[in-house]
This record gives sequence, structure tokens and C-alpha cells, in this order.
Amino acid sequence: MQPESAMTPGLEVTVLVSVGRHPLTGRARRADQDARGVELARSFADAQVRLLHAGMRDESSEAALRGYLGMGFTELSLLEQPQGADVLPALAEALDATSPHLVITGERAERGEGSGLLPYLLAERLGWPLVSGLAAVESVEDGVATLLQALPRGQRRRLKVRLPAIVTVDDAAPAPRQSAYGPARRGAFEATAGPVSVDDEWAAWHVQPARQRPKRLKIVKAASARDRFKAAAAKAEGGSGQVLTDVTPTQGAEAILTLLREEDVLR
Amino acid sequence: MSDLPRRDPRQEWIARNRLHPRHAEVLQAMGQGAASEWWGPGGLVRRNPHAVGFVGPNGVKRIDRSGTQQGACGGGTATPTAERKPLVEIDAPAFMVAVVPDMAGGRLSGHDRDLLGLARQLADADPAARGAVVAVVFGPHKEANFGEAGIDRLLHLDSPEVTGYAPEARLGALIMAEEAWAPRDWLLPDSKLGGAELGRRFAARLGERAATGVWQVEADAEAATGWHCTARGAAGSLDIRRPLPRIALALAECAEPVSETRHAATELALPQPLPSTLSRIQDLGQVSVDPSGVALSEAEFILSAGNGVKDWQGFHHAAEVLGATEGASRVAVDDGFMARDRQVGATGTWVTARVYVAVGISGAIQHLQGIQTCEKVVAINMDPGCDMIKRADLAVIGDSTQILEALVTLMAQAREEKRDAA
Repeated sequence: MQPESAMTPGLEVTVLVSVGRHPLTGRARRADQDARGVELARSFADAQVRLLHAGMRDESSEAALRGYLGMGFTELSLLEQPQGADVLPALAEALDATSPHLVITGERAERGEGSGLLPYLLAERLGWPLVSGLAAVESVEDGVATLLQALPRGQRRRLKVRLPAIVTVDDAAPAPRQSAYGPARRGAFEATAGPVSVDDEWAAWHVQPARQRPKRLKIVKAASARDRFKAAAAKAEGGSGQVLTDVTPTQGAEAILTLLREEDVLR
Repeated sequence: MSDLPRRDPRQEWIARNRLHPRHAEVLQAMGQGAASEWWGPGGLVRRNPHAVGFVGPNGVKRIDRSGTQQGACGGGTATPTAERKPLVEIDAPAFMVAVVPDMAGGRLSGHDRDLLGLARQLADADPAARGAVVAVVFGPHKEANFGEAGIDRLLHLDSPEVTGYAPEARLGALIMAEEAWAPRDWLLPDSKLGGAELGRRFAARLGERAATGVWQVEADAEAATGWHCTARGAAGSLDIRRPLPRIALALAECAEPVSETRHAATELALPQPLPSTLSRIQDLGQVSVDPSGVALSEAEFILSAGNGVKDWQGFHHAAEVLGATEGASRVAVDDGFMARDRQVGATGTWVTARVYVAVGISGAIQHLQGIQTCEKVVAINMDPGCDMIKRADLAVIGDSTQILEALVTLMAQAREEKRDAA
């Protein structure tokens, strides 16, 4: 990693990490987007990066969390919470106490409800601005961060946000480095007890493994047999298109350019 | 002259006599045209089978027995479907269901239409107390048929504060709409185009625990709101069944879009002007991305080459000038002109571009399958009868090399003018 230019020295960054779930085997692992967030934090030159996790501590989650330690950290702050607890109050309190400049997190968790609401609730509670779907951090200068937000279709948008801020990391962010085994074993957990709030609503909901969504059928609503037949026998769309024959290349190109301008795809 | 109708027995006789040389002329004069059925003098119904039906596009006589066409009125007079759909107007709604569509590219997307269908389900569940669907649309749009998508009330906010990427200003507008009308439900698309972010911000501000990734909503008398929803959780690996909260972020295909009715789409206005908020997030605009680095499956604008392309240098140059991602048909890839990862079609990549320009591609069925979801297809081809022309929204028949050259020239001219103006 080459050091980024124009980074404020002493930038304090907290990365919220969670226990992920392998999509095929279902085993605990480091969550993909959170790992990308850690990678993003590692790319800052002079930043103090702190890892923060709130959740239950057991054998499998510890193994998963050590995956983050293996990315070059000596310790990870752990807010111990019982199973099925709402981690929002504990996280908000911990962030309020340490008040970092930048909080990085993934868009949504890979376990539990995974609604992706947590960063927004945290931002609302702390009163900080939030930027979602980040691809890169370009620079941090005088308490203002210049960010690249990932848009659909591979597009990017440049934003400026005043720190402190919460940012969530998109799948378009750089891929995380491999976790090294030695540092992962040597890393330590710094466990603290935070406030616990039990999530009653979640317990009341009916949760089951996802079943396949039904495929949408093509329903032909027609008043007459003729319309139904026409719909069934119709070829894939078309017919209404405009065909330009016997035009000069310039006229044809003008027509195409008009359409491209209408669709607003020319940059 | 008196107004009394006068009978002309001779004219009537000619009208009855199909073999008379003036028969057609007299029928026309009597305003019957080539009637296929009339009452004869003896009180019998007389039929002329030759006047039934119409001549189809291929010159073959067709008889339509569905009842939509009468006599010899000729084909193609059917009223447009929009006219035939019944107009539903809800003057005094019992409650409101608010929808905030993404309006990607200024139009209602398929996802938005599904969401409006879901909103209609919620609004029309009780015929005695029907709700109204309110759509909140930000920024300028190109959509003309809001009514046909099932929108009763339209709140169009077009001020410069909410145009572009302005999540905080938009959130402020939604809060104002919430205070003004207090809709019973809020529905937003759970999409990366902005709905997911705005909906979560809104839920966090209102302190509602929104349902995200909703893909099914069912009526349930036991639930507090009368509805149950099924939502995806844990990165799509769980189905969570819960009562429908006030704010729901729904996935695509959560319901069938509205197709049978038209709605009023009456314009609404906020009671007060939008407050000027100081945004903490400053939008510096979109960054130009190298189009060749964008994955083909998610590129927005593709210039695709096939067997008809002879000047490959010119094609690459045109793609660069237009800022398009390059694609290719299988033939172009097999012949070694393009890389394998650029192949579009059933055996290559299924593309989702908004605009797809096919240069010299005749349109094999595998290729057409690959571009099924493209919105606008432009074809440049020498052969006016090929399948790609039938699929295309705009087809230009001509030499692709010359047309691409002309395109490049026009683009250069436009850039020059812009630079002069600036």
C-alpha cells in the first residue's frame, strides 16, 4: 500500500466489525464488507485505526474476529453483549466516549436481521453526517473528507463531508488483504461490558431460512381471444422502432446522437 | 323544402340489388357504406358476406369475430388501451399510502412500478374505505403516465435543493410530507439508486423500525396493522416474517404492477416551502470513469460490434469518443477482433445496459436473449431485414464505418461548440 497523500496526521478511525457468514457453508468468517472497511482504514497513512465489535463472545465468533486482527492489528475492542441483544446503545456509548473522526462500517450485517439500519441509527443518535456506499477515501484535510461513492453501473460520485462522520463501505471498495495467521493468534481482545438492551421485537418475529422467491409469470390480460393470441404469438418486443433507410451517414449519426442525448448517456 | 324524409324507390331498389352497376355508389349516398347486414323489403335480414372482414397486412382477408371490429371498417381502428382503461378517482381517501420512486433516468423503473402495485394493494384492500397512493418525485422527470402506474396524488418537488444527490434536503421534504398528510404507510424501493439510503435515513429520523428487503406482503387480520410482510435478512439468507411496519423498503417484484386501471395523478403541493437546510454533505458531481473498466454486465451504455464491422480502429475510436463500454457478438470474438469477456449474449454476458448500440450485428437469437433487458436498442446495419432491426428502437440502414465516422465528427463538433461557449 503506497501511503495516501494529504492525510491529516493523527486521524482517529474506528472500524465497526461484525461476524460474517459464509454464503455457502454458513460458517462464521470476517464479514466481507467490514473487511473492506478495515482495508480502507489501513490505506490511510497516519491514522490510528481501532477495531470495535459488539456482540457475543464464543469460540466461532472469536475465530472470525481474529480474521480482522490478522490484517495487522494488535487488539480489538469487544463490547460483550448477550445473544439477541440490540447493540445500538452500547456502540453509541462507546463511540461517544472515544469520539473518533471517522467511523467506517459495512453496509449491512451478514447475520441476524441484517437490515442495514444500524449506521443510520448511529448517525441519527450521534448527530453525525453519514455517507453510504463508499468506494474510496481520496483525502482528509482540515476536518473535511473527500470521498468517492460507488453508484450502480460502475459509476462514481465525489462527495465532501465534514468530520466526524460515519461512512459505510460498498462492495466496490478495494478487496481486503489476506488475514495473516500469526498476528491473528497473537492479537488480544480488550473486552468491556456495555449497556445491554434486549431486542424483544426480533424475538417475536418468525425467522426461517430464505426460500426461493417465486418466479414472476408473464400474465396476459386480454379481453378477446384475438388479443390473447396476438400476445402469445408476439415476438420479443419491437415493431414500433423507427427505421431510417436511404439516409446519409451524417443524418443517421444525427438521429443516433439525438437518442443518446435524450437518454442522457453521453458524458 | 320540407324536412319530411322522402323515399326514392329506385334508389332503394338499386341498394338492394347487389348486381346493379351503381350499387356501391348508391349505398355510399344512403350512408350505409358497404354494409354487411341490412333489412330487406320483406322484413328479412339480408347479409353480404363479401363485405364482412377486412384485408390484412399481407393482402389476405381476415374476419375478426371478437366483436371489436364491425363490418368493413378496416383494420387498425382499435382505440388505444389507455382510453379503454377505467379511470379511478378517489376524492376523499380514508388514508394515504406514500411511495417514493427512484425515477432512474427520469422515468418510473420496473421496480418503481412494482412498488406502486404494492401500494395499490394496501390502498384498495377495503373497498368501503379506500386509500390514495401519493408519489413523491424529486427533480425533473420525463414520465408522462403517472396515472397509469396507479398514482392518485403526485407531489413533485423540483427545487434546486432536492435535485441531484441531496439526501438531507430530500429527507427534510419527506418529513414535511409526513407532517402534512401523515400517510399510513411509506414504501420505498430497496435499491442502490437512492431508495435504500433515503428510506433508512427516513426510518432513523422517524424512529420507526423499517422492514428492509420486503418481497411479500399479505393481509393478516391478527397483525396490528392488518398486514404481514416477509423480508430478506442476513445478506439474503433468512426470511423474516413480521407485521408490516409504517416504513417498508421493498425489493423488485414485490407485487404486480398496476395494469387495469388509470388513476388521476392529481398534483399536490407542500403547505410550506422547503426549509433551506445547510447540507453537511457536499456533492462534487459524478466522476468520469474509464468505460472500458466497467464490467459489461453492469455498463449503462454499450457500443457493440459484430460481423459487419470492417474498420476496427474506427470502432474503438468511436467507443472512446462516445464514452461507451465495448461489447461484441460471438462472431467478432471468435474471429479474434475482441476479447472473450466482451461477448454479449446467451453464451457470453447478459447485459443490462440502458442504451445498446449494435453495429453490424444481425441479431442471432442468443444475442437478442443477452440484450433482453436493455431499454433502448440502436442498430446500425446494411441489411434492413435482419432481426436486430426488428428489435431496435432506432435503426439506421447504411455502412457502419461511415456512420461511426460521422458520429465521431458530430461529437467533436459538439465538444468544440461547448468549449467556444464556455
